[in-house]
Amino acid sequence: MDNLTVNGVIIPVDNEGYLRNLDDWAPAVAEQLAQQEGIQLSDAHWEILAVLRQFYQQFEMSPAMRPLIKAITAELGADKGKSIYLMSLFPGSPAKLASKIAGLPKPTNCL
Amino acid sequence: MTLHLINKTPSESSALRDSLSAVSNGDALLLIENGVYAAMPAYAELFTRLPGSVQCYLLEDDAIARGLKDLNQDFRAIGYDGFVELSCRYGKVVSWF
Amino acid sequence: MSDTKKSFLIINRKAPYGSSAARDALDVALTISVFEQPLSLLFMDDAVLQLLPAHNAAAIGQKNLSANLSMLEMYDIDQLYVCQRALEQRGIRPDDIELNIILLDQSGIAALIKKQDQVLSF
Repeated sequence: MDNLTVNGVIIPVDNEGYLRNLDDWAPAVAEQLAQQEGIQLSDAHWEILAVLRQFYQQFEMSPAMRPLIKAITAELGADKGKSIYLMSLFPGSPAKLASKIAGLPKPTNCL
Repeated sequence: MTLHLINKTPSESSALRDSLSAVSNGDALLLIENGVYAAMPAYAELFTRLPGSVQCYLLEDDAIARGLKDLNQDFRAIGYDGFVELSCRYGKVVSWF
Repeated sequence: MSDTKKSFLIINRKAPYGSSAARDALDVALTISVFEQPLSLLFMDDAVLQLLPAHNAAAIGQKNLSANLSMLEMYDIDQLYVCQRALEQRGIRPDDIELNIILLDQSGIAALIKKQDQVLSF
């Protein structure tokens, strides 16, 4: 996959589009990553990305779907801690897609 | 004089035991990688019969990485520059693994 | 997903760094949990060293296994058994460990292994 260019800076990504260097992440980078996936980031997206980044900071791994839902339930409430809600924001495979946009590694052990 | 490098825990191989039986007066021991666990106080008994002239060291970054603190006071924590310095000071280096 | 469930036990026997054993065991544990099979982890021998809190593995260019282990409960992996003798041999007090663990003596370990459908050892 081609590297990103954000505000004139080249940001390297791996062949699936995940950032190679987690420190390269910034909101502008997230917007471009999302755009490539056909997603326009709204407040609803940003709060999920914040939970994901907090999860990674604490546990040093990207969550699979079940722990992601658990973390979102704890932070944002049970209404949002549902796979159908996450699917509506990050269609397809929410844990993988949201991790990518949050600038985190691809979750392993994710079906 | 010899610098003995140990990189295994006391229970994962006989490296530590073998090295301790091969130490001479004036030698030095340096615990690296998993070897640093031997500096936990519970293992202090293993080192009580070492000649007093044997200096004991451990690589500080390996202890920090493993969350080890309150280690055996007989071991002096050193950095990579100290590792290099010891390797130069002692004519021979023996790796026990 | 199959209706039939099998109980799994993962036996950890190695220190957290210095080999890939601890990380391999964690990867397998997370994978089994995704398939929602009953899963227990047993820490014995040097693997009790995995349970010491506050690793700072950045010092050796690795990821913190202690951070990853504290994530297990988010995967509903909460059956963490620990060999009491292995702790005692290393002078580690159960209070030093920040995870919720269940201490086992030798006969407890034998009984735990006996009741599993599958046992994987690392």
